Amino acid sequence: MSMPFYVSPEQLLQDKAEYARKGIARGKSIVALEYDQGIVLVTENPSRLSKIGEIYDRIAFAGVGKFSEFDQLRKIGVRFCDVRGYAYSREDVRAKALANAYSQAIGDVFTRELKPLEVEVIVAEVGDPRLAGHEENVMFRVLYDGSISDHRGTCAIGGAVEGLENYLRERYRSGLPLGEALRLGRDALVSASNGASPIEADRLEVCTLDRERVGRKFRRASADELRAILG
Amino acid sequence: MRGVLFRGQYQGSSFFELLSVDHPQLRPGPPALAGAAVGLGGAASAAAMPGIPHGTTVLALRFADGVIVAGDRLATEGHRVASRDIQKVFATDSHSLMAIAGAAGPAIEMARMLRIELEHYEKIEGEMLEVEGKANKLAQMIRANLPAAMQGLVVIPLFAGYDVRRHVGRLWKYDVTGGRYEETEFEASGSGGLYARESIKKAWRPGLSREDALRMALQALADAADEDRATGGVDLVRGIFPLVSVCTADGVEELDSETIARIHRQQVQSAGGRAETP
Repeated sequence: MSMPFYVSPEQLLQDKAEYARKGIARGKSIVALEYDQGIVLVTENPSRLSKIGEIYDRIAFAGVGKFSEFDQLRKIGVRFCDVRGYAYSREDVRAKALANAYSQAIGDVFTRELKPLEVEVIVAEVGDPRLAGHEENVMFRVLYDGSISDHRGTCAIGGAVEGLENYLRERYRSGLPLGEALRLGRDALVSASNGASPIEADRLEVCTLDRERVGRKFRRASADELRAILG
Repeated sequence: MRGVLFRGQYQGSSFFELLSVDHPQLRPGPPALAGAAVGLGGAASAAAMPGIPHGTTVLALRFADGVIVAGDRLATEGHRVASRDIQKVFATDSHSLMAIAGAAGPAIEMARMLRIELEHYEKIEGEMLEVEGKANKLAQMIRANLPAAMQGLVVIPLFAGYDVRRHVGRLWKYDVTGGRYEETEFEASGSGGLYARESIKKAWRPGLSREDALRMALQALADAADEDRATGGVDLVRGIFPLVSVCTADGVEELDSETIARIHRQQVQSAGGRAETP
C-alpha cells in the first residue's frame, strides 16, 4: 500500500473552491432586485429548465451552476418548507431558516465530500405588511462553500457577480416600479457578460414575488408579458 | 448530500408520501392512535359516536360555465350542536374544490392535506395536475383513511373542479374504500344528502345559468335542512348562511354572505313570504 502524499488543508480547500467556481462561471448569472411591490428575479435562460422557482407562499429560489445539483436543492427546499408549514402554520415558514439550512448542507458537502457542489443560490422572501416583524423583504445568498450573506436592494449570483454588483451599485435605487427594475436587471446582465445588444424577452426567465397578490406571491412572467413590459 | 437538510429519503413529488416516509409522526390518522384517542372499539357507527363533530349536507352541481359546490354550516356531536358555522367547502387549489361530510376532524385535515398535496406537486414538478389526477389523489387519501373509517371516523367528500383542457366543470363522489365515481350532473353527500339530491333532481337540466344553479343549490340545502335535523339552515338571527363556491375557467370564487342572503330573500319572496327554510 502506498502512502498518500500530504496535502495541506488550505491547498485542499483552495482546490475545491477553484473547482466549484469554474463550474459556476460556465453558466449565466442571476440577479434579484427589490421593486416597489416586491422582489423580481431575472436571468438569461432560453431553455425550458427553470433556474428560478417557487418555494413557499412568500419565498422564491434561484440557483446557478450545475442544474441537477441546484434543482435538487430547490426540491429539498420545497419539502423543507411544506413540512414546516404543515407542522406549524404557513406564517411560520421563513426564508432565514431555509437559507441557514442550505448554508449548513452546502458547507457540509464542501468540507466532507471529495467534490463540492457547483452551485450558488438566492433565497428571497417578500415582506408582508400584516406580519409584525416581517414587513421587510429579505434576500440571502449562499455560495458553493456554504458561506451565507444577507442582501438589501439587489442580490446577484453566478460567475459575473462582480460585474453585476458594480453595474447595479451606481444605478439601483429603492422604490423602482417593476418595469424599471426589470430593465435594470436585464441591462446589468448584458453589461456584466460584456454583451452588446439587450437580451430578447423570450430568452429571459423572470419571476416575481408580488406583495399585492393574495396567498401565493410567486409568479412566473410569460414572454408576452415581458414584451409588454420591456417594450 | 448529508446534513440537516438532506436527511430525507423521499425523492418523489407527493407530500402525503413524503410525510409517510420521512416524517411519520406528522402523518394524519395513524389508525391505532385514532381509535385510542376517542376510546372506541370495533366498527362503531359514526352517528352513534359521541364527542366527534360530524359534517352534514354538502352538494355539487354542474352548470353552463363550470360547477357549484355548497354546504351547510352545522356540525353535530350526537344530538348536540358542535358548531354553527363550520366550513365544509374548501378550495384545494385555483381550479378545484372539496366539500366534506363525515367526521369533521379527519375530513378537515384531509382537505388541508389535499391542498398542500396539490401545491407541493405543482412546485416540485413545475406544472399542475389534471383535474382527474387531483380527484385520483383524493381517492388515495380516502383509501389511506380506511382503517380509521372502519373504527367510525368516516370521511366521504365530494370533489369538483374545472377541466381546463375540456372546458367543463367536473365532479366526483367517493365511497369509504376510496372508490371514485364521476357524476355528470350533480351529487350530494352527508346525512341530508338524500333530500338535497331529491331537490336538485326535480329541477336540474343541462346548461343551467349561474343564477339558476345558485338558486337550486340553496333550495336543495334548505330542503335538506327542513327534513334532516343534523343539517343547518339559514340562521338569520346570527347571520349565518351556507357556504357556496363557484368554480369556472376563471378559477374558484367563494361567494360572500351578502350574495347568498340576497338569493335567500328572493326565494322567500317568491314563495309568497313563507320562508321554506326552518
